[in-house]
Amino acid sequence: MKQDVPAIEVKNLSKKFSGRLAVRDLSLRVNRGEILGFLGPNGSGKTTAFRMLCGLLTPDSGEGYCLGYDIRRENAWIKRHIGYMTQRFSLWEDLTVRENLAFVAQIHRLKDRRRRVREIMAEYGLAEVAGELASHLSGGWKQRLALAAALVHQPELLLLDEPTAGVDPAARRDFWDNLHHLAHAGLAILVSTHYMDEAERCHKLVCLAAGRVLEQGTAREIVARQNLHAYQVGGKDLALLARSLAGKPGVAEAIVFGNCLTVVGSQREELVATLASLPPEYPVSPAETGLEEAFIYLMGQREKER
Amino acid sequence: MSFFSPSRWLGMFLKECRQLARDRVTLAMIVVIPLAQLVIFGFAINTDPRLMPTLVVAGENSDLTRAFLASLENTGYFQIIGDASDPLAAETALATGEAQFVVNIPSDFSRRLIRGENPVILLEADATDPLAVTAALAAAEAIPGRLARRELQGTLAHLAPEVEPFRLVSHRRYNPEGITKFNIVPGMMGVILTLTMVLMTGLAITRERERGNLEMLLALPLRPLEILAGKIVPYVAIGLVQTTLVLLGARFVFAIPMLGRLTAIYGVFLVFIAANLTVGITLSSLARSQLQAMQMAVFYFLPNIVLSGFFFPFRGMPSWARFLGNLLPLTYFNRLIRGVILKGNDWPLLWPSLWPLLVFTLVMFTAALVFSRKTLD
Repeated sequence: MKQDVPAIEVKNLSKKFSGRLAVRDLSLRVNRGEILGFLGPNGSGKTTAFRMLCGLLTPDSGEGYCLGYDIRRENAWIKRHIGYMTQRFSLWEDLTVRENLAFVAQIHRLKDRRRRVREIMAEYGLAEVAGELASHLSGGWKQRLALAAALVHQPELLLLDEPTAGVDPAARRDFWDNLHHLAHAGLAILVSTHYMDEAERCHKLVCLAAGRVLEQGTAREIVARQNLHAYQVGGKDLALLARSLAGKPGVAEAIVFGNCLTVVGSQREELVATLASLPPEYPVSPAETGLEEAFIYLMGQREKER
Repeated sequence: MSFFSPSRWLGMFLKECRQLARDRVTLAMIVVIPLAQLVIFGFAINTDPRLMPTLVVAGENSDLTRAFLASLENTGYFQIIGDASDPLAAETALATGEAQFVVNIPSDFSRRLIRGENPVILLEADATDPLAVTAALAAAEAIPGRLARRELQGTLAHLAPEVEPFRLVSHRRYNPEGITKFNIVPGMMGVILTLTMVLMTGLAITRERERGNLEMLLALPLRPLEILAGKIVPYVAIGLVQTTLVLLGARFVFAIPMLGRLTAIYGVFLVFIAANLTVGITLSSLARSQLQAMQMAVFYFLPNIVLSGFFFPFRGMPSWARFLGNLLPLTYFNRLIRGVILKGNDWPLLWPSLWPLLVFTLVMFTAALVFSRKTLD
């Protein structure tokens, strides 16, 4: 155990698949007790980054350490001290909950395996389904089982690849409470997600697109750095209004949320002028910029750069 | 909703065609399997093998015996590969399958012929595969009469003796009654094991891949050797259960004799099972899906049936086909199992066909390790 080093410290990791860069110059630092969120559209290299960090893939260039072990040469050691939850449920559906956990515990050569499996099942409320085949579990239960399997050997670093896809809101909230509890106990957690509410629960965020890091920092910092101004518009036929506003001076985004339209832009004067020209049946009021607006703006800016 | 809409049908049809066109392996199978079958069945199979290896235990070497051996070779069925130093060496050659026939010429052959004592030449045949030797034995049995007549031709022909001056006695060793199932049933055991072992392990890794379990396996601190060995060993037990079933069936349903020691029989099966399991694991680490693994298993299975000497005599095939056949485990298994069951061979006599199987197993397992390392990265 190497206690005094950061959980993850990598520099300029790159990985190519058939000529296309899946991850480009990824540099990261994750401290113990910290939850770092990976935010990025599909295909932005999140899964590839995870696989490099846990030693499943060898990077083409760059270097780094996970828990103080070299990710190129010491991946066998890394695998022993991390818990990895894959994007798709990857435990055995034709084994029971207990058998799955016992298998993982055995591979990790834990001492007193039975007690440890019982312990982790009790901790995550799996005791009542211990004898059920994994294939019979619903999405939320499967996710709990996968988390328990990733934690059975008490890892120091947890890698979670879109862990809450297809899980209901209550189970998601539960799951995140668990993560914070684990982080408080000193675990470093790296988690990728598409949900903004989950992203806001991370200590720090990394925004990825096409394999490149666009932004790093807390959710608040990232929103502030985009320097966006948001207004809310009420009235009827907002979908039509949103279309007609798109591309007007100062308007970067126009998104309908139920009965109001949120308009976002970086040039305040232009945006205000555009909104002032709207007919009087559309009342305008200032609004707060959320992480989602900031993130979509960020992605949009990147598209323009290309 | 109409009962049959041509445009809906067209939609379904086009979707099917597009998917089929993208499935390269299936397309390759559609082309390669019929071609391979045609070539193999067409050119390799010959149920009337010629030039079969024949050893001579010559008690004497005279003009007469040389004339006899020459006419034996002239039938086209026999190829004399040498003189055996003693009957024991000849017996070994017959048991290992090195020789198909052994000719025994008694030491006083010429003297007794001249005295008119009707001496006997003994032709022993390895008749485990009756199909292979029947025609050759018939041709050999016609030789004594023809030899006598050849010396007395034309106007002297009427002097040819009514009774042949010497006799040729043939022994069909190991299968005196020429029962075909003695040959087919042991071979069938190998075919059954090849099919089930290769197919079952062939699906082993691709199943994990298809169900998404492979990534979990890889993220755990497991070594490829541990994964492969852990996957193979349960199938060894299944293979041994199958072995017991087919052996019981062969003994009690088909009344096949079991001359060899039981440990030798199971030993042969065990090595053969291992060879097939490594083939299956290798296919499994190459295939991308369970369907592909199954197609590959079928592709592997076909030449095994045709080229191993199971259905058709191995010695009847042209040399290129025998070369291919010698790369397949079933070929060695057929020799081994016939040797141990019908001839009662023990380890020393089994060894010549056993070591190639062991080498095959080792090579395949190494290949599986290398391939799986690649696919797992």
